[in-house]
Amino acid sequence: MKTVFHNLSPDDTPRVRVRFADRELMLRDGANLAAELLAAGVMPFRHTPVSGAPRAPFCMMGACFDCLVLIDGVTRRACMSEVSEGLEIAVPGKADHD
Amino acid sequence: MIEADLVIIGAGPAGMAAAAQAADCGLSVLILDEQPRPGGQIYRDVDRAAPRHGAILGKDYTDGLGLTDRLDHPNIACLFGTSVWQIDPQAAVSFSRDGRGGVARGKRLLIATGAQERPMPLPGWTLPGVMTAGAAQILLKASGVVAERAVLVGTGPLLYLVAAQMVRAGTPPLALVETQTRSDFLRSLRHLPAALLGSRTLLKGMGLLATLRKAGVKRYKAAKDIAVEGTDRVTGLRFAHGGQPHQLECDTVLLHHGVVPETQATRSLNLPHRWNARQRAFHPVTDRWGRTALPFIFVAGDGAGIGGAKAAAYEGTLAALEIARDLGALSDGDRDLAAHPLRLRLWMERAIRPFLDTAFPSFAAALAPADDTLVCRCEEVTAGAVRRYAALGCLGPNQLKAFGRPGMGPCQGRMCALTVTELLAVHHGTSPKTIGLQRVRPPLKPVTLGEIAAMEGQGEQSTL
Repeated sequence: MKTVFHNLSPDDTPRVRVRFADRELMLRDGANLAAELLAAGVMPFRHTPVSGAPRAPFCMMGACFDCLVLIDGVTRRACMSEVSEGLEIAVPGKADHD
Repeated sequence: MIEADLVIIGAGPAGMAAAAQAADCGLSVLILDEQPRPGGQIYRDVDRAAPRHGAILGKDYTDGLGLTDRLDHPNIACLFGTSVWQIDPQAAVSFSRDGRGGVARGKRLLIATGAQERPMPLPGWTLPGVMTAGAAQILLKASGVVAERAVLVGTGPLLYLVAAQMVRAGTPPLALVETQTRSDFLRSLRHLPAALLGSRTLLKGMGLLATLRKAGVKRYKAAKDIAVEGTDRVTGLRFAHGGQPHQLECDTVLLHHGVVPETQATRSLNLPHRWNARQRAFHPVTDRWGRTALPFIFVAGDGAGIGGAKAAAYEGTLAALEIARDLGALSDGDRDLAAHPLRLRLWMERAIRPFLDTAFPSFAAALAPADDTLVCRCEEVTAGAVRRYAALGCLGPNQLKAFGRPGMGPCQGRMCALTVTELLAVHHGTSPKTIGLQRVRPPLKPVTLGEIAAMEGQGEQSTL
């Protein structure tokens, strides 16, 4: 997989298992979820309910709502969420809004 | 219900400085902030990132430690990870935290919600891989994550800062595609004498440019016809430079053309707002202490008008002094004595703004995007659709919601409100001031029914 983002931090944070759609990822515990997903090569994060266009984080400060993911069935902004063990993340798509 | 003398929304420079000053005057302070740790966006996560990446991010960033340190005060309580979704005119603040709702009420409320980057609608700006330059900086601050093959697009000092930080991180951007022109620069020169009062900032800017030059980062100035390329994600950037078409392959495009006040909270209160023609943005009307038309509610920092982090801290302190006087904790004389040197520094800090605003004006093609460019990212409404609705007789941004839904998606207009107003103003041959912005209604941030059902403090009270 092509590296688009890389992490400068020393890899001293324990990693935990997170499921994103059908992928299993090992992400840094307590880190910003959107940043960790980007660093793990996840792209896009979702498809829009209007046209099905792919989207990924844009503002990283909770304003644009483009990094929306489903965590335990609730739509959340990935950039405002933190990684924790066993997180189950689903991708919102057109079907969720029909 | 949590009660305090002063409730502050936002733990950026304005909020933190206000909290420290108010606490020093003996007031009880409660700060609410959406992020897990203090700093706002400018000093985002400074307590954790300064020791790790301080050398990359620079001294202007690590200076934020001076403010976060002062939150450690017996009179200050902080609720982080807290989203405020409603403010009523009596200054009661409803919020969500850890899946539960709550209400906080202060004798005074300070709104210190800062700025957001001005949306920059260009062809392809919704593709995965396009972010704001500020987003790239947040990734670096909060997570130590850098984009590998990025092109920075737009204008303004932040573009140079982010580029220099990427150079220092060992991942220089592929290029800067800048939109300001030579005539912008010439126009800005008449503001240069005043800007020399902020010569420290000017010198820093020149230092950043030297860093970019030394690293061999290519800069294209006065770029036009900019479009992001890609189908499922960014694959490149197309633009015209010096009359020639150019194409750069890249994985990430970072956009920036200035910052604007975040006015969702003040607009939700129906406070009067003023159009600033030079900064092309609205800000709430306040007196010189930050007091709004609702006398118990104050605004400080970039949310009251763009001045930058240092100015925000001075404004926060000034608001806190007036609030302390209001509540009988400070005499008029002591307030003025403390305020006088701050006003001088604030004036010096603001002196550079006319120069910066004129030298790096927002990109005209993003203020009036081409017909097929999306302006509302959520509801996927194009500039052409907005123009069509205007031609059908739609006069204002609120009516426009009924015509075509711009501003009605999850971001609640944060990404399209200014563009919609600019488009309607041009179409109707009037000023954005006349058109105004979309009305904002609570909830300001999404809240679940469960969080409202689990509202704590119904009936019970706790006082800080």
